This record gives sequence, structure tokens and C-alpha cells, in this order.
Amino acid sequence: MRRSLSLTARFGAALLGVALLAAPGTGRAAEEAPTPPDLDWSFEGIFGHFDRAQLQRGFIVYNEVCASCHSMSLMYYRNLLDIGVSEAAATEIAEQHTVMDGPDDNGDMFERPARLSDPFAAPFPNEQAARAAQGGALPPDLSLLNKARAGGADYVHGVLVGYEEPPADVELPAGMYWNAYFPGHQIAMPPPLSDGAVEYPDGTEATVEQMARDVTAFLQFAAEPRQEERKRTGVKVVLFLIVLTGLLYAVKRKIWADVH
Amino acid sequence: MKSSPAFQNGVVKWIDDRLPVFTFMNHELNEYPTPKNLNYWWNFGSLAGFVLVLMIATGITLAMHYTAHVDHAFNSVERIMRDVNFGWLIRFLHMNGASFFFIVVYIHIFRGLYYGSYKAPRELLWMLGVVILLLMMATAFMGYVLPWGQMSFWGATVITNLFSAIPLVGESIVTWLWGGFSVDNPTLNRFYALHYLLPFVIVGVVVLHIVALHTHGSGNPLGIDTKGPQDSIPFHPYYTVKDLFGLGVFLIVFCLFVFFAPDYLGHPDNYIPADPLVTPPHIVPEWYFLPFYAILRAVPDKLGGVLLMFGAIAVLFLLPWLDRSPVRSARFRPIYRIFFWLLLIDCIILGVVGANPPEGWWIVVGQITTVWYFAHFLIILPLLGKLERPKPLPASISEPVLRGGSATAGATSKPMEKA
Repeated sequence: MRRSLSLTARFGAALLGVALLAAPGTGRAAEEAPTPPDLDWSFEGIFGHFDRAQLQRGFIVYNEVCASCHSMSLMYYRNLLDIGVSEAAATEIAEQHTVMDGPDDNGDMFERPARLSDPFAAPFPNEQAARAAQGGALPPDLSLLNKARAGGADYVHGVLVGYEEPPADVELPAGMYWNAYFPGHQIAMPPPLSDGAVEYPDGTEATVEQMARDVTAFLQFAAEPRQEERKRTGVKVVLFLIVLTGLLYAVKRKIWADVH
Repeated sequence: MKSSPAFQNGVVKWIDDRLPVFTFMNHELNEYPTPKNLNYWWNFGSLAGFVLVLMIATGITLAMHYTAHVDHAFNSVERIMRDVNFGWLIRFLHMNGASFFFIVVYIHIFRGLYYGSYKAPRELLWMLGVVILLLMMATAFMGYVLPWGQMSFWGATVITNLFSAIPLVGESIVTWLWGGFSVDNPTLNRFYALHYLLPFVIVGVVVLHIVALHTHGSGNPLGIDTKGPQDSIPFHPYYTVKDLFGLGVFLIVFCLFVFFAPDYLGHPDNYIPADPLVTPPHIVPEWYFLPFYAILRAVPDKLGGVLLMFGAIAVLFLLPWLDRSPVRSARFRPIYRIFFWLLLIDCIILGVVGANPPEGWWIVVGQITTVWYFAHFLIILPLLGKLERPKPLPASISEPVLRGGSATAGATSKPMEKA
């Protein structure tokens, strides 16, 4: 019995090992960039949840800073209700943006204020316009950014605060900036945040660090708006399964008792 | 043999007299005699069946919301994640279900390797299993293309391009597979159609797999045949409850991933929409293909790599005839047992090599482990069949217990204590 147990353990450990070692994109190790600081986020872990006030501050940063270049096509103004913005306030935010609609009964396109059912208005009508305005570089859509980058929230926050003077022996091409955490260090995005770039209605001081954390938290929400629900459901499901499995084990022992 | 049980229910009796489904189910799922000494490694067959059903159920639901078009596929998946009721759950069950399907099936395969489950009279049972593995790989590959992220697109490009290594007609075959001159909308559409079809083909082969299994019954950890009624127990309730308990343990682990780390086994690049003009820095397949990917890249020649990769599966088909040892279970094969563990370690290293870029030492490690993989099946196993002196086998499954414990008592006594 003991041998079989250790055999079981070895086999299990080995297979688990293959899954854990090989899985998370180890291929990226080749790009050398320092690991961004590992921050404590409220949304991390099994019981992770969002700080609604932080998400609302983060939306302000997105709306007033990032949105001038970056689209967020998968987010709708109605999603603001999920981060604790009242329906009236969300409607008001939407109405500050104009969207193209139509054709109307005469066959003409027309502009109208955005509604809750509209996706976040994009800063540029198309990719070419975006590139033309940025000297050829395309600002990525931010909807899934935290999931689409290795390192997730830590990486996004790292890039936002990671702007530095380039090392003495590096000459940057025009329009490029030095970032400690961006792969290859050369980034076309100018430093987006500066102290006091936005004014928080809740009185929080808008430092670069504070804004970077807030907007990163908002991006985390945007990347998967259902993640709180997912974790809350998961806790219940796993607790249920543990009880069920315990009961099944008891039944199993009882039924097998007469075999021996 | 097939005695009709006396059914109490009149309707059941009436139906069974005309269409003996109840007799069949009673025979195959209830009284089906099963060796009484199966350990928990034997759970993974029924677990694989469960995951297959889960994948089909979640897959059909996803198909109701998914749009197979290059302009809409990515966003339709995100629509499922964001706006479909419990869409996130269905999608994550399906996405992680694929990974866990492979985990379960790989354990099932290595259990077969350890206990010699492929030996006579179960060669066809084993070969049908290899067919299922091949079908699973094709299904998983095409399923990974459907979200139309960067890894979907570039993975599809790399893998379909492998066929261009075929002499003379390679390029034409690739164009034919793509339905055009690059991976594009026709490719996505046909992959979707095939991804929906193949799981049902798998179900068909699984039925054959089970028919073959029930012809001679399960093997067992001792690798000897059941000698009489004292060696077996009815499948129900003994193995139904044991499988259910195993299913509970599996679901706990599975749900930890689904609910708390659903993207852990995936690649972040697949959350970037496919862009034919931007190649990701490293194109890596899903983790369950990494050992094969390492074998593919072990030789500098494209055709050679492709042949080796398919050869890695082909040797599994030949396995029943490569391993000539009359003893099934590694428990009584002291030398084979060592090589079994070396093969497992070899496959894990191959997986790690596959995850890393083919540079420097990784190339050498990949080549050594590839050679070892084939040497295991083509050289070591045939030699062991001749040279190894197996330990004496017990006379029957019950015997060591009846004698109050011998050298092999640990193998047969109280399977339930192994929990």
C-alpha cells in the first residue's frame, strides 16, 4: 500500500508539474525586461473584489486621459452601472460623447449623443486615422489589455509609472520614450500621466501612482466585467463540491466495506 | 450468458421484451463483472467520458452564441464572456475543459503504459484509444482557432503549414486546407464545421472503445486475468460509487482553475484579435501539444520534423507488438518500471523544451529527449521483452489475500485504503 501511495504521489506530482511548468507562456522569457513591481490588488485571490470607488476614479482617468487616443470597444456606457455609477450619472457621461447613427428615413447618417446602450465612443473613426494622428503607431484598444499582456495588472501599472531617462549609451529615435517595463524599453506612447492630470471628486490626491493604480483597476474590470461574480460563484461551488465529495467518500467506504 | 433480469416495472418489462435496452444497460453497467482490485488510476477512463460529455454540452451552448467569421469571431466570444447569461462560465468550462480532457487522457494513457493495458487481448482497445487521442488533438487544435486571437491565427498558420513539407503536392494541400492562399475566413468556417463534427466522431470511437473493453473486461494492477467469480465484483454499486468519488475530486481541482485561474493555462496573446500583419514574438501551441512541438523542432529538416511528430503517435499504435513481455503489470517488471518513469520524465522535459524558443541548450535537450522517446519504444521495449526477468506472478487476484498476505499483498489488499 505504501509503495502504491508514493507511486501515486510521484505520478501526480509529475503530471501537475508538466501542467504548471509548461503552461504560462514560458516562451516569453526571452524578452528581457525587468519584472514590474508585484502590487497588492483588491481583485486578486479567491475572495478578490473590486473597490467601486477606485473603479470610478479609474474610469475618470480613462475618460479624461487614455480615451483621447485609446478606444475601448468592448465596454458600453451601461457597464458603468456595474461599477456603482448611478443611471443618471452614466447617462450624463454617455451624452457627453457623440456617435454616428443612421441611416435615417431620408437615408442620411446623423450624429447624436451616446446612450447607455452604446459602446464607449472611439477617439478615431478607424485604424488609419489613429495611426495618422500618432505618427504611425497604433494605440491598442484597451478593452482586454490586462488579459492580453503577460503580467496583467502589475505590468500595465508598471508601464504607466515606468517612464525613465534613457541610459546614457542609448539614443532614442524621435517620438520614442524609455520605459523600464515595456518589452524592448522603447515605447511610442508619451508619458500619459502627470500629477494632477485629473481632479477626483472624492478628494483623493491625483498623483501619478494613484492614477496608475486606479486606471489599472478599471482596466482589470473592463477586461472581464464578470470576474467578481465568477469568484463569488466559485467559492460556493467549491465548498459544495468538497462537502459532496466527502459524502461520496463515506458512501464509497461503506459500500466497499464488504469486499474485504 | 445474457440472462434477462426480472424487471418489476410493467412498462420496463414490455419495452425490454421488444427492445432489450434495459437488459443491455443492466448487463453492461450494473452486473458487469469488474476486477475487485482496481486502484484509483482506473478512474480516469470514466472521467474522460465525463469531460467529453461536458465539452459537448458546453460546446453546443457556445455554438448558439458564436459567430464563425473573421470580423466577428473574436467579439462574439467576448460577447459570450460579457453579456450572455453565465456565458463566462460556459466559455471557461469549455476552455479549461480542453486542458483537463488532455490531463485526464494523458494520465489514462500512462496508466495503460504502466500496467500493460495494451497487451493481448486488448490491442484493439488500445489502438482505438490512440485513435481517440488523434481525434482529440485535431478537435482541440481547430477549437483553439475559433476565438480568432493572435495565437489562434498564428498557431493555425504554423500547423497547417506543416503539410507543405510533403514533397511535390505539399503546397497544393496547404492551399486546399486553407481554402485560399492564407489562413482566412474559409479556414475559420471549415475549422468550425469540423470542430463541431469531430466530437461526435470521438463519441463513436469511444463506443467502440467501450465495446472492446467490455469484451474482455478491465485489466487490473496485477495484470493477471480474473480466474473466477471470487476475483470480480459487479460494476454497480462498487465502481459507480468509486468513480463518483473520483469525479468529485476531479471537479474540485477543475473548478479551482475554472473559477479562480481560468486563463492560467492559456496564452495572453490570444486576447489580442488576430492580425495577419503582426507576428507574435513566440508562437507556442497549447500546453498539451508542447511535447509534440518539441519533437517537431528537434530536427532541422521540416519534413523530418513532421514525420517524427506523427511517428511519435504511430509508435503508440505499434506498442502492443513492440513490447513482447508476457507480463502486463510493471509491478512485476522491475526494469521496465524504471524505464516507465524515465519515459514520463522524458515527456515532461519535452514539454518544457516545447515551451521555450529553440535556442542554445534547448535544441540539444530537445534532441536528446526526442531520441530517448523513440528509443524507449523501438529499442528498449523489444529488448526488455527478451532480457528482463519478471518477478513471479500471483496465481489469482484473490489468492494473496486468502493466504493472508505475501510479497504482493500490498497490491491487492484493500483498494479503498489507497484513498
